[in-house]
Order: sequence, then structure tokens, then C-alpha cells
Amino acid sequence: MASRRRKRPEKVRRYYDYSLLVAIVFLCCFGLVMIYSSSSYIASLEYAKSDGAAHFMIRQAQALVIGFVGMIIISKIDYHFYKHFAVMGYVMSVVIMVMVNYTPFGIERNGKKRWFGIPGTNTSLFQPAELVKIALILALACAINYLIKRIDNWKVIGLLLAMVAPPTYLVIDNNLSSGIIIFGIACVMYFVASRKKLRFAVAIGAVAAIAILFVEFGDTLVEMGILEKYQLERIDVWKDPAAYPLDGGFQVLQGLYAIGSGGIFGKGLGNSLQKLGFVPEAQNDMIFSIICEELGLFGAGCLILLFVFMIWRFMIIAQNAPDLLGGLLVVGIMAHIAIQVILNIAVVTNTIPNTGITLPFISYGGSSIVFLMAEMGLALSVSNQITYEK
Amino acid sequence: MNRSKTYQRKKIVFFCMASALLMLGLIVRSGYLMVCQSEYYTEMASQLHQRERYIKAARGNIYDASGTLVAANRTVCTISVIHNQIRDEEKVVSTLAQMLDLEEAEVQKKVEKYSAREIIKTNVDKEIGDQIRLCQLEGVKVDEDYKRYYPYGSLASKVLGFTGSDNQGIIGLEVKYEEYLKGTDGLILTLTDARGVEIDQAAEERIEPVAGNDLHISLDVNIQKYAEQAAYKIMEEKGANSVSVIIMNPQNGEIYAMVNVPEFDLNEPFTLLEEPEEPVTAEEKQNLLNQMWRNGCINDTYEPGSTFKIITMTAGLESGVVSPSDSFYCPGYKVVEDRRIRCHKVAGHGAEDFVLGAMNSCNPVFIEVGLRLGVNRTYEYLERLGLLEKTGVDLPGEAGTIMHKKENVGEVELATVSFGQSFQITPLRLLTSVCSVINGGTQVTPHFGVSIHNADGEQVYTLEYPVKEGIISEETSSKVREILEKVVAEGTGKRAYLPGFRIGGKTATSEKLPRRSGKYISSFLGFAPADNPQVAALITIDEPEGIYYGGTVAAPVIASIFDNILPYLGVEPSYTEAELSAYEIGEAQVPDFMGMTVGEAKEALQGTDFDVRYIGLAEEEGQSGKDVVVTDQFPLAGEQVQKTGVIILYFQ
Repeated sequence: MASRRRKRPEKVRRYYDYSLLVAIVFLCCFGLVMIYSSSSYIASLEYAKSDGAAHFMIRQAQALVIGFVGMIIISKIDYHFYKHFAVMGYVMSVVIMVMVNYTPFGIERNGKKRWFGIPGTNTSLFQPAELVKIALILALACAINYLIKRIDNWKVIGLLLAMVAPPTYLVIDNNLSSGIIIFGIACVMYFVASRKKLRFAVAIGAVAAIAILFVEFGDTLVEMGILEKYQLERIDVWKDPAAYPLDGGFQVLQGLYAIGSGGIFGKGLGNSLQKLGFVPEAQNDMIFSIICEELGLFGAGCLILLFVFMIWRFMIIAQNAPDLLGGLLVVGIMAHIAIQVILNIAVVTNTIPNTGITLPFISYGGSSIVFLMAEMGLALSVSNQITYEK
Repeated sequence: MNRSKTYQRKKIVFFCMASALLMLGLIVRSGYLMVCQSEYYTEMASQLHQRERYIKAARGNIYDASGTLVAANRTVCTISVIHNQIRDEEKVVSTLAQMLDLEEAEVQKKVEKYSAREIIKTNVDKEIGDQIRLCQLEGVKVDEDYKRYYPYGSLASKVLGFTGSDNQGIIGLEVKYEEYLKGTDGLILTLTDARGVEIDQAAEERIEPVAGNDLHISLDVNIQKYAEQAAYKIMEEKGANSVSVIIMNPQNGEIYAMVNVPEFDLNEPFTLLEEPEEPVTAEEKQNLLNQMWRNGCINDTYEPGSTFKIITMTAGLESGVVSPSDSFYCPGYKVVEDRRIRCHKVAGHGAEDFVLGAMNSCNPVFIEVGLRLGVNRTYEYLERLGLLEKTGVDLPGEAGTIMHKKENVGEVELATVSFGQSFQITPLRLLTSVCSVINGGTQVTPHFGVSIHNADGEQVYTLEYPVKEGIISEETSSKVREILEKVVAEGTGKRAYLPGFRIGGKTATSEKLPRRSGKYISSFLGFAPADNPQVAALITIDEPEGIYYGGTVAAPVIASIFDNILPYLGVEPSYTEAELSAYEIGEAQVPDFMGMTVGEAKEALQGTDFDVRYIGLAEEEGQSGKDVVVTDQFPLAGEQVQKTGVIILYFQ
């Protein structure tokens, strides 16, 4: 552990996980550099009359500053204080999701209605899916903590499902990947709280079986009407992206060109060619491919190891959390980061079929980074409540 | 407050481990892509990023026998636009349309086209290209390029050939020597972004172009020019369709000149000589162009007629079926099987020996020789003299000989073949075979290409051609030469006679198919000097109007060409005594005409051969010539001038 224990037995000392903080700061700064590298060329063309090459980086930096200040403030407040906002946060996130989906408050970008904004002005404020993630982590942690005695009771399971279902459904409606992440977070949190093991093994087995079924017998399932045609197409593209170079496979293929041309040490920072308009939205979902191209296997490996380190810090905090509530909060946050990192890199390397997921801390996205920093504040807040004596 | 249970801590560790493992798995997956598949994806990516731009190599020059440049390059510009880099579209369109003399709509269309690089116009003069460059229009590229340029315009057009817009040979030597002339294009590999815009900072890979090699040919511009003038002159005089002249060195097959008038302008090869009166389709125009580009000497065949008797003569003498002193009788026709084949002289030549028969170009004599040879021997000699094969000349599209199948040849066919009818060969084929007869029996390959030099002028290849010696005996060769010299000196070819030179030759007048159409090809095949031929020539005049006899129409043209080119080729005239007096060769002193009247002057000129011009003399006075006297004369009295020289007398 990073902090030293001093021999002052009479005083109770509070812990603060500076290792995690350093990792967060490092990732955010690295993200800024990579956003600038991957977006500057396109930005210099598209925003030639305003910010120029730094357009995306400036906006990300602004969001980061807000997020960082918020994180520090949140981390300094005892996390038990946030319990009072659990219900409100949950209700608010559901209400905003409803507003986005069914009222003009929802703003459409790139054909997806994922933004909450002011109707008619086309100004978007944030992506409510990000709010749902943090609100659900908080609400679920409180609920499980409250129901921990009867956690393996089927009625409780039903209750928890009923709680998770509305926001998940609302998100899945136009953002499948975020829905999967939200549901995944809930599952991991319940898995940690529950005494049982077998039912999870069975559940994972069932998911794997369905996945294999989809991949192997996709054609038959489409005929039977279980699978939609566009979903099967995604699976086909995943199997051989080079066969669909212009349609579904374009993004993945361009990403693979970038990754593959990186080699062991990459072309050097700023020297990517695929970012010159070949990889669509290089600063966003596909940023990992540009990292691979510029920094090579070495850079990409270091980045992934840094995420592993982060997960490990979350584990330490969760293990040492003063109570179950704190532990569950950190587990939820850990699950969020882990799932999102794994899914993003798996998509970019064409390990799983394509779905739009950003890489936490690195990908461009103002609202996403602000909520992510709030989550980090929450995790640090839990770490700050760890006490030790001597 | 609930404390975390042990099982919960274990599950946290489990999830954590699982996540870490998955992430490590993704490192492995990335490593697989970045190391094992790296080569494949790098290649795919660079294909995507790299754009190739060719730098045209300068095409090799063509030089004539004296080292004169006959095909060269001129710098021209290619104007293209890059859609994405254009700022002021309107200005680009109007400027380009105006400067390049194009329709604005056409330019607009190209400018608006979304492509990496759209070519607006090629082969733009360098001056205009420089002007456009000075306008500094963004998105407009001016690339320098080469265009073929022929300093002599239409000279030897069908021999030299020309190149298309991609600088590739289309006809003639330009096609045949394409691989030597074309050089190797250079390449610029540039990196572009997704829209095809070149990246400024990126390092270019550049492969320099290699200029093509120069071709040195045996064609001589001066001989070609003279032959062309002579051909145009006779074509106009006789209203002929076309006139072809081939002049070659019988000893080694080098062609000095190959004329096919009307020639076309090599710098404007796609302009028809005569624009059709009615608009034609693209296909029709192409046909007309192909017709214009045809090299009659090698692309077209004709019935050679009497010039072919040289071949029959050679076969007859070589095989011994006839000797120069053999006697024949020509009643004006000869009956072969059931056919009565007429001689051109209806009344018949009467009794004659073989030499006289040749001088008279008497058909019955040669029919007789042909029949004596028989089918087998005739074909043997046709083969030996190469007549059944192509000559192998270094020009594309040589036509083959159209000859009866040996098994179908009866006596009638044999008879017609022996005086050059009922089959077709190219003029070059005939001349080449005759060359191997008169040069002592060496089969040569007619050719233009002599050597290949690199761009620095060093010789890199010497072009060699098949030669076959001893196809007929030297004795036969010399007999044939002797007879042919007599044909020119005293026989049907006497209009080709040139004092001071020993010229051999044979005339021909072939009636074109269908017979009785009144259309003829007049031709003459000549060579000089007869004892050691240095130059052989064949002229064919297609459809002359009026008098069409080869001896009358074609022979004098060869004589006039020889008169000019023999001294040029270093063959000096040597006159016999008889020639000196007969042709008034020599010098004389100019008498003093000053103060003489016309009558007195004329008296003084008696017995001289001067060509006198009287200036300042009214026509009627000239008749009487009473009062006026010579006030001045040129040349002055006492000067030595040609016996037949011009003297000008000025009267008051």
C-alpha cells in the first residue's frame, strides 16, 4: 500500500488511494495526447475557421478539468452521505431516459438518439446513459446492502431485477452496448454479494451457449425469426471483415489496418496514417487502433497493463472498504471500467462483433469523462474512509 | 453496518482475476495482430495510403544515316485538377476554359468530379502551361511531359510512324522499336489521406525515369526528300492515286528511302489529308486514318508484272534451261494448253535471242523459259529467292506473298507467273529478291534500324539481320546484271538511261484487277552501277492517267532520282567518249556578244549548245531584230561554262 504507516497509535489515520489517483491522472493526460494526435488532422480541416487542430482536445480538456474538480470534491465527502441520493438519482436517471427516448429533449446525433438537450436548439448537454451507470451503481449498492440478509432469496432477486430492468431497457432501446454494460455491472455486483456460485456458472454457460448458437447457426435463427437480419450481418462481418470492406466491415477493417501496421514499437507518436480520415471517428471508439499504430504493441500493452493496475487498485479498495456498501460501490465501478475496457479493445481488435463502446479515460467524450470522474471520486471516497491504526 | 464477508472478498478477487486475464488475453490478441499479421496489414494499409504518380521517361530519338534528328521530343504540359484542393472553383473553370480553349461546361464537369486527380488536357504547349502555372490557382497541377515531335513533318511518315497521347508507338518504326525507344517511366509514391489529398510533409518515394535509347536508321533524309519530291511530281503529272519508291543498298539490305506519297504530317497524324465532305462516324474516320497510314511498300501487295521477269530470268539462267544466246520466236502470242496468251506487242517481236527478248520484255520468251523450268523448279527458285516468305523488314504489318498453291499450278498458271501475273507480292519483297540476284547471290534482309545508342550517345546494340550467302551463283548474277543493263541502255528501260552511269533495270506495266478496267500500275526497278550495284530502287505508280507504260512513266523518275543520289552516295559518273559527244557534256568558252543585233547573235551561236535567253526584246522585234543590240551579257565573254549552259543577253 502506497501510504506509510507511522507509529502514532493514538491517532486514527485515514487512507487515500494515491496510486489510483496517479493512474487516473496519467490515463486522462495520455488520453488528451492521443485525442490530439488522432483528431488534429481531421479537426484542422473541419474546424479550420474556429479552434483548428486542437478542437477536440480543448473540449476534452475542459470536461476533464470540471470532472477532476468534481472528483476531488466527491472523494473528500464520506460516501455514506451519497446514500441519501440513491433513490433520487435512480428516479432522475429513469425520468431523463424517458425524456430522451420519448420527448423532444432527446437529441439525435449520427442517427442515434442518445443525447439529452434543450429541445429545438440542437444543443446537447450530456449522454444520460452515463448518468444511468453511476446512478444504478449507487442505487444497487444501497439496495443490496439493505437486502443482504435475504440476498439469495428468489423474491429479492426478482426485486433487484425489477429495479435494474427499467433503466436497462430504456438504454438498450437506442444504445445496445451501454445497456449491456449496465446489465453487466448489475450482474457483477449481485455476483459479489451473493453466496451462491453454481447459478452464476450456469448463467455464464448459458450465455456462452447462446453466443455459440448465434455464431454457428445464425442463418437458421434468422429463418426462425429469433435473430434479426442486421444482427446476423454483424456476425458475418466479424467473421471476415475483409469480405465487407465498404459496408459493415469498413470501420473494423480500417482499425485492423491501423493496428497491424503498428508493429512492435509503432510508427511513433503522431505518425499514424490511418487517422487521416481512414478510421472513422479515430478519436472516439477506435482510438485504441491509433494507439496501436503509433505506439505499437509496446504502447498498447502498457495501456492495458495500466487498466489492469487500476482494476487491482479497485480490488484493494473493495477488499478494505469499511462496510459492504463501500465494497459494492467500488465493485460496481470496477465492473464498469473492466467491462468497458475489455469490450472496447475486443471490438477494435475484432475479437467480438462490432458494437460502439468508448475506451474509458482515453476516448473523446465530454459527458462520459465527467461522469467517469464522478465515479472515480466515489471510489476514492470509499478509499478515504478506510482507517488504520498504530 | 454490514461488513463484507469472506466469500464476498473471494468473489471480488475472482472477478478481478478474470478481468485481468481477459485483458492479458487482449494483449496477446493485439500482439498477434501487430506482430504475426503485421506484414499483411501494413501492406494493405500502404496500398490504401500510397498513390502512384508516373514520371514519363523521355522517348529515344531517331536519327537518320547522316545523324540528322528525324524524331525527337518536345516538352509539353499535362493540366489536371485536384478536386479537394480547389478553393475558387469559378475562377479555375473560367481560367482553364479560356487558356486551354475548352468549353466551360466541359471543364466544369471535370472540376466537379470527385476524384484524386482529374486530367483536364494533355499535350498542352509549354508556354500555355507556364502561363497557367503563373496564375497560381489552388488545386490546378501543371505537369511537364514529353510529346513526340517530327522536325521534318511528313517526311517518311509511313516509315517513322508516330506515337499516341500516351507516347506509345502506333505505326512504323515507333512501334517496331518501342521497347528500345520507350525508356522506363519513373514513379513518385506519395501518401494521401482518405480523400486522396497528398500529405505535404510525408516523404515521397521517388524512382527516377530512365530515358529511352536512341535509334539510328539507314534512311537518309536527303535521299528520302529527293525521292519524295520526284514521287510527288510524277503523281501530280500523271494524276496517279499514289506513288511508292523504295531505294535500298542491295549489298546489305539497308533502306535509304521508302516513299509512299501522299505522305501525311506526323505532327498531326489524326488529321485526314482531305477532310471528308460529309461528316463520318468515328469508325469510318478510323478506317480513313488507317488507309492514310498504310505503307504501300510493305502493307499492300500487287501483281508485279514484267519486273518479275528478272526472277524468271535468274531461275532460267541459274538452272541452265536457257542461255543468253538461245533463240526464240514471238508471233505476238503464245499458246499454252488451250489458252492463247498475248504479248504486249500484238504484232510480235519476231525472231530474237534471249537477251533481246528481255530487252523487249517479250512475254512468249519468258513463258517459254517458265515452261522449261517447270513447276517444281520454278517453286524451288521462288523459295530460294525468298519470294514465298516475308522479307522480315523491321516495320510492322508486312504483307505476305499471295501465290498459287504448288499443287494447283498447271501450265497456264506457270506461264502467267513467269511474266509476273496471277499472284501478288509487296514491292519490297520484289526489290529484296532482285537485290539478292544482283549482289552476287546473297540474300539480305531489308531494314532501317542500324544501331541503338543510349541517352548519352554510346552505342549499346548493333542491330543485325539474317544474311544467307550463295543462293545463286555469281556467274548468273553477273549475266542478269548485264542483260538488265542492256534493257536500260537499249531496251524498254531506255528512259532510265543516265549518261555516265551504268544502270540496269526492268520496266513493268501491270493491269490492275479486274482486267480491262483500264487501270494500271506502272513500275520500274533499277539499280546502279550495273557492274557493282550500290543502290537499287523500285518505283510503283498506282493508276497513272494517260500514258501508263512503266518504261515511259516510271523509268525517267528513277533516272532523275539516280542522277541526284548516285553522286551523293559517292558513285562518280564516268562518261564514255560516245556519251561525251552524244550528250554534249563538256565546257565551252562564252563568245563576246556585245553590240550584236539579234540576228548577228544567233549567227554567232550557230554550232553551239548554249541555252540563250534574250531579255529586253519585244516579241515582234525578236522576229525582225533590226535595231536593238546586246548591251550586256552574262556570263561575260571568255568564261568557261558548261556546253549546254545558259547565256543571258540583255538588249536595250
